[in-house]
Amino acid sequence: MSEEAHHNYVRIWAWLVLLLVISVIGPFVGDATGLKWITLVTAFGIALVKAYLVVVNFMHLNSEQKFVSYFVATALVFMLLLFAGTAPDVMKAEGRNWEKPAWIADAAVAAAGGDHGSGEHH
Amino acid sequence: MAATRPIATTRTAAGMATGKLAVWWIVASEIVIFGGVLASYVMHRLAHEAWAEQAAHTNTWIGAFNTMVLLTSSLSAVLAHQAAERGDGPKAARLLYATVVGAVTFLIVKGFEWTEEITHGFTITSSTFWSFYYTAAGIHAAHVLGGAIIMLIVASAAKKGQELHRVELIGIYWHFVDVVWIFLFPLLYIAK
Amino acid sequence: MATQPSAPAHDAHDDHHHEQSFAQKYVFSTDHKMIAMQYMFTGMAMALIGGFFAYAFRMQLAFPGEAVPGFGVVSPADYNALVTNHGAIMIFWVAMPVLIAAFGNYLIPLMIGCDDMVFPRINRLSYQIFLLSALILLASFFVEGGGFGGAWTIYPPLSSKAQYSLTPLGATIFVGAVGLEFIAFLLGGINFITTAMNSRAPGMKLYDVPMVVWMIVVASILFMASVGPLIAGAIMLIMDQQLGTAFFDPDRGGDPVLWQHLFWFFGHPEVYVVLLPAMGIVAEIITVFSRKKLFAYRTILYTVFGTGVLSFTVWAHHQFISGIDPRMANVFTVTTLLISVPIAEMVFVYIATLYKGSITFTTPMLWALAFLGEFIIGGVTGIFLGASGADIYMHDTYFVLAHFHYTFFPIAIIGTFAGVTFWFPKMFGRLMSERLGKIHFWGTIIPFNCIFIPLFVLGMGGQHRRIYDYSNFPELAAMQPVREFATIALLFMLAFQFLFLWNFFRSMFTGPKAGKNPWNSCTLEWTADSPPPHGNWPEGLPTVYRGPYEYSHPDHDEDYWPQDEAPKEQPA
Repeated sequence: MSEEAHHNYVRIWAWLVLLLVISVIGPFVGDATGLKWITLVTAFGIALVKAYLVVVNFMHLNSEQKFVSYFVATALVFMLLLFAGTAPDVMKAEGRNWEKPAWIADAAVAAAGGDHGSGEHH
Repeated sequence: MAATRPIATTRTAAGMATGKLAVWWIVASEIVIFGGVLASYVMHRLAHEAWAEQAAHTNTWIGAFNTMVLLTSSLSAVLAHQAAERGDGPKAARLLYATVVGAVTFLIVKGFEWTEEITHGFTITSSTFWSFYYTAAGIHAAHVLGGAIIMLIVASAAKKGQELHRVELIGIYWHFVDVVWIFLFPLLYIAK
Repeated sequence: MATQPSAPAHDAHDDHHHEQSFAQKYVFSTDHKMIAMQYMFTGMAMALIGGFFAYAFRMQLAFPGEAVPGFGVVSPADYNALVTNHGAIMIFWVAMPVLIAAFGNYLIPLMIGCDDMVFPRINRLSYQIFLLSALILLASFFVEGGGFGGAWTIYPPLSSKAQYSLTPLGATIFVGAVGLEFIAFLLGGINFITTAMNSRAPGMKLYDVPMVVWMIVVASILFMASVGPLIAGAIMLIMDQQLGTAFFDPDRGGDPVLWQHLFWFFGHPEVYVVLLPAMGIVAEIITVFSRKKLFAYRTILYTVFGTGVLSFTVWAHHQFISGIDPRMANVFTVTTLLISVPIAEMVFVYIATLYKGSITFTTPMLWALAFLGEFIIGGVTGIFLGASGADIYMHDTYFVLAHFHYTFFPIAIIGTFAGVTFWFPKMFGRLMSERLGKIHFWGTIIPFNCIFIPLFVLGMGGQHRRIYDYSNFPELAAMQPVREFATIALLFMLAFQFLFLWNFFRSMFTGPKAGKNPWNSCTLEWTADSPPPHGNWPEGLPTVYRGPYEYSHPDHDEDYWPQDEAPKEQPA
């Protein structure tokens, strides 16, 4: 049983490396085809998959008591909550009585330079 | 060192060993620390398209290499746990040392990477992108260093066949540090 | 590990030996009770400092420009530093260490029937880091530029740019001290949570755990889940201060409102972090002194969980007039008004516990009842502030200040006095003087109300916070007599605290000896010796057979039924 587990771990590692390679190649494909979402999916989608593989297979979260998964999930949910409550303010460049000059400038750059190329320079 | 453990430590009313419960707590609290840094970064990055120009200068190949190093070190950490489970303390210690080698490699490579970037003028103050870059990766690197040090302590006891349960515990922490990097890598290197 | 022998063992490994040196026993102890004492005395010392700061700045407010006895003339910079550090000290270095670390460390192992915390050395480390954080904070007053004066909320750019704060070194030291305190409590929290979850006595189910233990555990969970983003923010702020990064500088790509969000995402759950242990202490006291079971234990528990979750959704009510998105202000108004419901419900449940109880007005009971009364005032006035429309007027006025003192004072001060007077016999093996205790009680409560009710009035009249001399504002100058009244009331209140100190220290050495259970309470800590030895129950750890509040049980002769008393009839 231990030998199988040994091979299992190495197999998981091999998958992780393969996914890494795909995620590095992703932006090239995304640029070549002009489809930005390919870059995002290969970057973050793969990150999620890799994280899942590590958490389940290396950290053995599945074989722990249920409440441990709840702790971890709760922490993640709170981070989403933080993002949801903070982003509407932080991601705005100006309001009724205030403005953030550097953000306005950057938004202008994005609007102007956003047409040619997706802003990716490799 | 014969640790005189209180009886309290040996009880398991929650159904799992106390040390493991504690490490998962630590992982949860680290999730919110890194979560805070990364959430702040993402908010800024999404609103600053112009940062793409700065972000282009991060070195994807070094980042990928370091990712590879960390993934491999996670493998050696989990194999160390397996050895410890079978009671083979010396083997667990050797695998933990291999993990530490991975950690040190990661830090050295990062040292070269940062030196390269700093000498090219991408300092922590040259753009807020770089502020986030160095801060996020820096906090992560501090956790790599801290984890490596603890791992050495656990390994030196494991070599003598003592406190083998701690191999799994430092492993869980180590895998978490790896998972943080799994997300840092695309954020800072790929999805520029 | 071998169980503790009843006869002293002369074991070479055993460092729990009679002949522990002073340093081993008092300074470097890993015993949870000693660490609790360390936290408690450090917290009390910091309370004296924080109270002194309040004295100094209130004297300045009442008699502007005049030299304050024991301090000197309070300059504007002095005033800002006094106010800032009073707030930070009271929350981080008094309320938290006393309510959570001191009572938590002392009570949790004793109340769940085990011999120590699960990680005694991490426990000791947490205190050492905490002490270091306190010393670092105090050091900030002596560096060039003086102590930080930009409010305990440390908003940038005031706190990030030396040209604004005028205390570049002090500001970084302040943030560093707060960050270290967070680390100390994260470490401490690991112990509270794992010990309470894992080390319960045999037979103690989760619903047999005394409420104060639950409260401290939930408080630790809330703390841990909310402090992370602020630790990240603190690192970013220190970098802004010292390295010139621009995380919070809008001119260079940062956002000061991000700090506000990071701070208050922690700051709001933090108030529940301190509230819950205080409510737990009150629960223990009112059950004992009304000889009645806690009404609706499970309801309180689920309410506490609900409040904990809800507390993460209300934070931006501190930022209503900072320019946040008005649509978000709507959301946060609703959640803030909602959260008053479970807390009010808990207060009602406590009142229901008292109803038809056989009440004795001992000193701890007086404090517990005062908590309920004063906290209600605090909670109700919070509703005005939670409604964003009203808050537009009242934000940053003394109304806010009076509101949070009517919540924090019950939590930090009344809760502490309640807990100390209640558990003093267990901690020191002697009884405090009831007479002095009652005089101290009235001498605290009456002046307290005389200080802060007027402040509601001042706030409604438009008096803004954090201003060192109101004689510069003609429309507010007419209210100067009110300020003087409040300050004089504070002087009375401070004077009565010396009575407490006298009672506390004198009773510790010469008070009448207390037995194991002077209050006839049911919970486990009262079955250990007063004070408990190392290992708490050297003769063997207890087993539990019933819940923690079996008072006046119809099937039992005595009006209390200890948790560890074996049932008389053993079924065959």
